[in-house]
Amino acid sequence: MHRSLGDKMFDVCNIIILSGLTLITLYPFLFVLFSSLSTPSELVKHSGILWKPLGFYLEGYKLVLKNPMISVGYQNTLIYVAAGTALNVFFTSLFAYVLSRRDLYWKNHMMMLVVFTMFFGGGLIPEYILVKNLGLLDTRWSLILPGLIATWNLIIMRTSFQSIPYELEEAAKMDGASDWTVFWRVILPLSVPLIAVMVLFYGVAHWNAWANALIYLRNRDLFPLQLVLRQILIQNDTSGSTNLSSDSDPFLGEVVKHATIVVATVPILILYPLIQRHFTKGVMVGALKG
Amino acid sequence: MAMYQQQRAGINAASRLSYAAVLKKDFRKNKFIYLMGLAGIAYYVIFKYVPMYGALIAFKNYIPTKGIMGSPWVGFKHFIDFFNSYYFIRVLRNTLLINLYELLFAFPAPIILALLLNEIRLTFFKRLVQTVTYLPHFVSMVVICGMIVDFSQKAGLLNTIIAWFGGEKENLLLNPDLFRPIFIGSGIWQGVGWGSIIYLAALSSIDPQLYDAATVDGANRWQQMRHVTIPGMMPTIVILLILQIGGMMNVGFEKIILLYNPQTYETADVISSFVYRRGILEANYSFSTAVGLFNSAVNFMLLIVANRLSRKINETSLW
Repeated sequence: MHRSLGDKMFDVCNIIILSGLTLITLYPFLFVLFSSLSTPSELVKHSGILWKPLGFYLEGYKLVLKNPMISVGYQNTLIYVAAGTALNVFFTSLFAYVLSRRDLYWKNHMMMLVVFTMFFGGGLIPEYILVKNLGLLDTRWSLILPGLIATWNLIIMRTSFQSIPYELEEAAKMDGASDWTVFWRVILPLSVPLIAVMVLFYGVAHWNAWANALIYLRNRDLFPLQLVLRQILIQNDTSGSTNLSSDSDPFLGEVVKHATIVVATVPILILYPLIQRHFTKGVMVGALKG
Repeated sequence: MAMYQQQRAGINAASRLSYAAVLKKDFRKNKFIYLMGLAGIAYYVIFKYVPMYGALIAFKNYIPTKGIMGSPWVGFKHFIDFFNSYYFIRVLRNTLLINLYELLFAFPAPIILALLLNEIRLTFFKRLVQTVTYLPHFVSMVVICGMIVDFSQKAGLLNTIIAWFGGEKENLLLNPDLFRPIFIGSGIWQGVGWGSIIYLAALSSIDPQLYDAATVDGANRWQQMRHVTIPGMMPTIVILLILQIGGMMNVGFEKIILLYNPQTYETADVISSFVYRRGILEANYSFSTAVGLFNSAVNFMLLIVANRLSRKINETSLW
């Protein structure tokens, strides 16, 4: 196909703009990585952009990995991600199945009451009072139960279940399957990609969550990693770790902070290539009921 | 709920079956399904509808030992106190301004990115850009804000760059004038790639024949973009715009409370962060519930108005 000069100019500009965007997005992460590996004294002397680590210094990482707050936070987050995601996906798909039954008289009413909660809620304080009255304050449940079903995900699953041919269920019922068996043996196995997307969405949400923990938890032993990170990165509070003694390098703090960011972000970066191909699918199913 | 029941009852009376009888029959037939739905129903009742009932404390002086029912009514006192306070104008202005700027700058950004990505023919390059720009969406808010705090310090990366251009070094997060640009800018940086996915999905469903036809008619790439691509994305854009306008009063407190400090409250404090501070930190339960309720009510109205407008203009709507 013939391409005019204008076309070519357009392409060149486009590639330049997108390359710039890519660089701007990526560089802050590289900067953190480089400075986490730099020798503190070198890092302080240097001003400007870092193109490589200044020296090769692992003391920062050693301190981070020895920090008891970080390891406790890591363990807690793993518990919240595993238990929370499992319960999220199970109860969301179960309720989505119920709401997708076409012969259920009440399903439209229930659906309306569910969708309404997307647009109107009681607010932060009534939710806090509820959690308190249920006796969930300062328990792990406070991070799992209030968000058990995300309405948006519920709608996505329901829409997807509705598109499964009804004949399959009828055949199963003929063979004497109960509703539960249909759900467990027919619907779920046919929805594996959808469930993978749900696990991804709920899992990432649990991994990144901290606001509920900030509100509902006082006991530091239950803190998820993100709340620990907030103390270290935002509040500059390393009191939970005894590792940073006053006689150590005064600039060590910066390196430790950057090492903390790397340690806390690496799991996502490792998983990223594995989960990336599911993103688009996830957003596409999300757009079904856009 | 009662309304729906009456409507249903009316319809069923016409079909000469009483509502109760229909319900009973349905219940008997689907006993097991209702049982399976029990957990979901309980979840929505307890964690969504009970807090709505709990929002009643906005009209009461909530005393924890007396409970929601037992606390004395005070009518609209907390609302009036809020409207008359110095904070009302401040948090309302900040909330609306942040949203307005997001609407102006953050909302179009993913659309533009999707349009640019769509014009890229090199598959490898397109993948690369997508992979990199989606990434920050998956990095936690705490880490992102940790990086912002770090880069904004006097010796931080951002200041280094500002100094290159002859600017003065200062702690950027202590300057109230810079809070909104930092908040919005970092939001675009974090979300533009992820936000573009849905538009790319919309683009991929445009019929390629339309482009062929346009080419035959002699349309150049700009004209194709204007007359084929953008109209093809329009329904998606409108739906997302309604949702955005419907959320005009919502600025989540998560990122705000990570980035603000007493020096920048003047421009940074929004309704949700105000509710958090007053309610959770200072335990003014009733007052901050009233503030939150005001917020939800305005929001809900905005959503309805936006939806109605778009139905009129565009025949696209949420419901």
